[in-house]
Amino acid sequence: MHHYLHDISMVFGGEAGQGLQTVTDTLLRILKKSGYNVFSCMEYMSRIRGGCNTTEIRVTDKNRKAYLRRIDMLFALSPLAVEHLQSRISTETLIFAEKEGFTGKWTENCIDTPWTKFTDETGMPVFANTVAAGVVLGITGISLELFTGYLREQFATKGDEIISKNSTAAKLGYDFGCKIAAAEKIVLPSPTAIKSPERALMDGNAALGIGAVAAGCNFISSYPMSPGTGLLTFMASRSKVYGIVVDQAEDEIAAINSAIGASYAGARAVVTTSGGGFALMQEGVSLAGILETPVVIHIGQRPGPATGLPTRTEQGDLNLALYAGQGDFARAILSPGTLEDLTESIQNASNLADRFQIPVFVLTDQYLLDSITTIDRASIKQLPVKMSLIQTTDNYRRYALTADGLSPRGVPEYGEGLVRVDSDEHDEYGLITESSEVRRLMVEKRLKRKQPLREAALMPTIIGRIEEADTLVISWGSNRGVLEEALDKIGSNKLAGIHFSQIFPINPAVFSLLENKLLVIMENNATGQFADLLSLETGRTISHRILKSTGEPFSVEEVLEALTEIDHE
Amino acid sequence: MNKRPTAFDMPQETDVAWCPGCGNFMLQQSVKSALHELGVERKNLVMVSGIGQAAKAPQYMNVNMFNGLHGRSLPAALGIRLSNRNLVVVVESGDGDMYGEGGNHFLHAIRRNANITVIVHNNMVYGLTKGQASPTSQRGMKTPVQVNGVKLEPFNPMAVALALNAPFIARAYAGDIEETKKIIMQAISFRGFSLVDVFQPCVVFNKVNTYQWFKENISYLQDNHDTSDRTAAFRLATEMDTLTLGVLYRNDDRECYEDLIGVGSTPLYQRNPPDEKAFQSMIDAYQ
Repeated sequence: MHHYLHDISMVFGGEAGQGLQTVTDTLLRILKKSGYNVFSCMEYMSRIRGGCNTTEIRVTDKNRKAYLRRIDMLFALSPLAVEHLQSRISTETLIFAEKEGFTGKWTENCIDTPWTKFTDETGMPVFANTVAAGVVLGITGISLELFTGYLREQFATKGDEIISKNSTAAKLGYDFGCKIAAAEKIVLPSPTAIKSPERALMDGNAALGIGAVAAGCNFISSYPMSPGTGLLTFMASRSKVYGIVVDQAEDEIAAINSAIGASYAGARAVVTTSGGGFALMQEGVSLAGILETPVVIHIGQRPGPATGLPTRTEQGDLNLALYAGQGDFARAILSPGTLEDLTESIQNASNLADRFQIPVFVLTDQYLLDSITTIDRASIKQLPVKMSLIQTTDNYRRYALTADGLSPRGVPEYGEGLVRVDSDEHDEYGLITESSEVRRLMVEKRLKRKQPLREAALMPTIIGRIEEADTLVISWGSNRGVLEEALDKIGSNKLAGIHFSQIFPINPAVFSLLENKLLVIMENNATGQFADLLSLETGRTISHRILKSTGEPFSVEEVLEALTEIDHE
Repeated sequence: MNKRPTAFDMPQETDVAWCPGCGNFMLQQSVKSALHELGVERKNLVMVSGIGQAAKAPQYMNVNMFNGLHGRSLPAALGIRLSNRNLVVVVESGDGDMYGEGGNHFLHAIRRNANITVIVHNNMVYGLTKGQASPTSQRGMKTPVQVNGVKLEPFNPMAVALALNAPFIARAYAGDIEETKKIIMQAISFRGFSLVDVFQPCVVFNKVNTYQWFKENISYLQDNHDTSDRTAAFRLATEMDTLTLGVLYRNDDRECYEDLIGVGSTPLYQRNPPDEKAFQSMIDAYQ
């Protein structure tokens, strides 16, 4: 008997190019339609064909948004998947694999699932994905009509024959799944009965992209690099409808310099990359600093150094973003933790960049960008767009000295003034100078905004009851979901969480929250980069660092284990 | 020296960082006169440059100016141009900035063909860093770094640009203000990427390619040159015995990048963020 009443974790493994994503996309859509809460994340190899990629789909009664190490059902479309996932397979894991050609140990948990035979029966290998989705849906007991209806929608333009063949494939898989469910007595969580049209199924890249467009970002120039490319693709696909200029740059240096040029001319500019690409953009960060020109920089993090693990996840680029660029100037770094947060963060970043005329970073990672969840539509919000351009008058001074260090920003053509910006130290008109007195004033001007920027910093989110807790677990970026679930499962009043969606600068109001607490941090990097930064900013000591830098996200189980250990100390 | 006042002269006396006798002074006069005679409106003109002595040129003109990073004038110019099609974008920088540090951008800017004019002060030497070889330095020139003389093949901007099918390629000589002005006028009027490589004597660091040397080694195009003949242009570009000046090649049929990617006429600073309905319609796709 296999009862998964609150939570089931299904993992799909196959070779690159085998159509794994088609299977999981289909399933996610149908599960969402049926009213289930789903969460999905994926890991894949840096190759186009072969190897082994896997996707985890969790179906839960509570709204969970975290990677689970446990596998309840493994759908091995390729026998390699079983070997690849060996460390996560337990005696409880049901393995759906094809016996013929299986090289590993065939245990009593293995269920012979003849993918090849089904494929042969449908007549075309392309229908194998439909068969696989059918098997899963048969096991879950979701009606076959829902599935075939979905296929009709998907293949509406492909003609009746394709629809009919897909439907046959769906039924083959579905019947097999039903048989297995009955034989193995598999019971799944019931749908959460939320069939309202107010739910969406969204991935991190889309959530980020929606936020960028909502922020009025109308210029993006970037060079493709995983996992930063998703934002570029998203904006390109919306460019026509939303009037966005998209340029694929020859390199990252060009990308950021173009974006700063665009911003100078009044565009709302954004660039997207990963750590390695951003390393090339550093001169541009410094340029934005001295030109006082807004630019939003999205870094989808992956493990370094250098090429590292191109398709995997890490939070190792905080120090890079924090210290990038020569000289002293202000910056802000945001680190969204959920899909809703991805949408809001990039809007906040764009508004902050505009208000303070600085570079603003959004730090995400492969895990968050590629994760897919069901989400309440209303939680995807558009924030008011603040744009502070002025119409210039004759004798305009781009760098006029003001009380707060911020000069009204004009753009060429709009007004009678000339807009002059210079990467050299410059006077109020933007003209080159070597006067030490002007230099002193300009340095001061560029740094004056640091205090209001600090005070405008987003406050962290408290998870649980901070008043009662003696231990505070700190997370930033993509670790919010796993921390929430781990704390919920521990259910200890002694533990609370604090999630930072902005990691620099730190709002001074945060200091008191950290007082008289034992501080524990969890970070997806090898040294605890945020722990160091937070200590530096607040003077507080972080007692424990839960770190992981294998290229994989934290699993709920390992955070649970680490926190339980600390709780018992 | 010809010093007719233009709309682009600085309103006040300016301390110019160029050496006495520098070719930059004459070239600046050509640029300002060209803009003046074309009637370019000052508020719609943006001069973009990188770093180096040549890149200081916009500092000494009464214009909108983006003086960016070394080698990065072209990406910045692209961003500016794509954000506002009303702007006349003119890039001015040196041979080191354009063909060395910015070499990759030079190649890809030509491939894109945005409506930008690029004027390169080509003095065949690094001035601001005190006399090292530039990408266009001639073989054999001794410098504090190339102590045994330059060994590398000089970069040929005309030939490279032609190979990439640049639609407007011209060569000029800073010492001839009037002819250079005429060439620059054609370049700025041209719709698309226009390159003017201007020989400019460096009186301090280049003791090889002097005013006298240029006088002996340059000549203007013959009247019978067909500017639409790419092969003929390539022959002229690779001819080293005499350096031919003038518009070597132009192709008015190549579509410019702004049109190819459909950049609308409304400048980006005038565009509004999506309204509630447009925002919601983005989410509809994930329903």
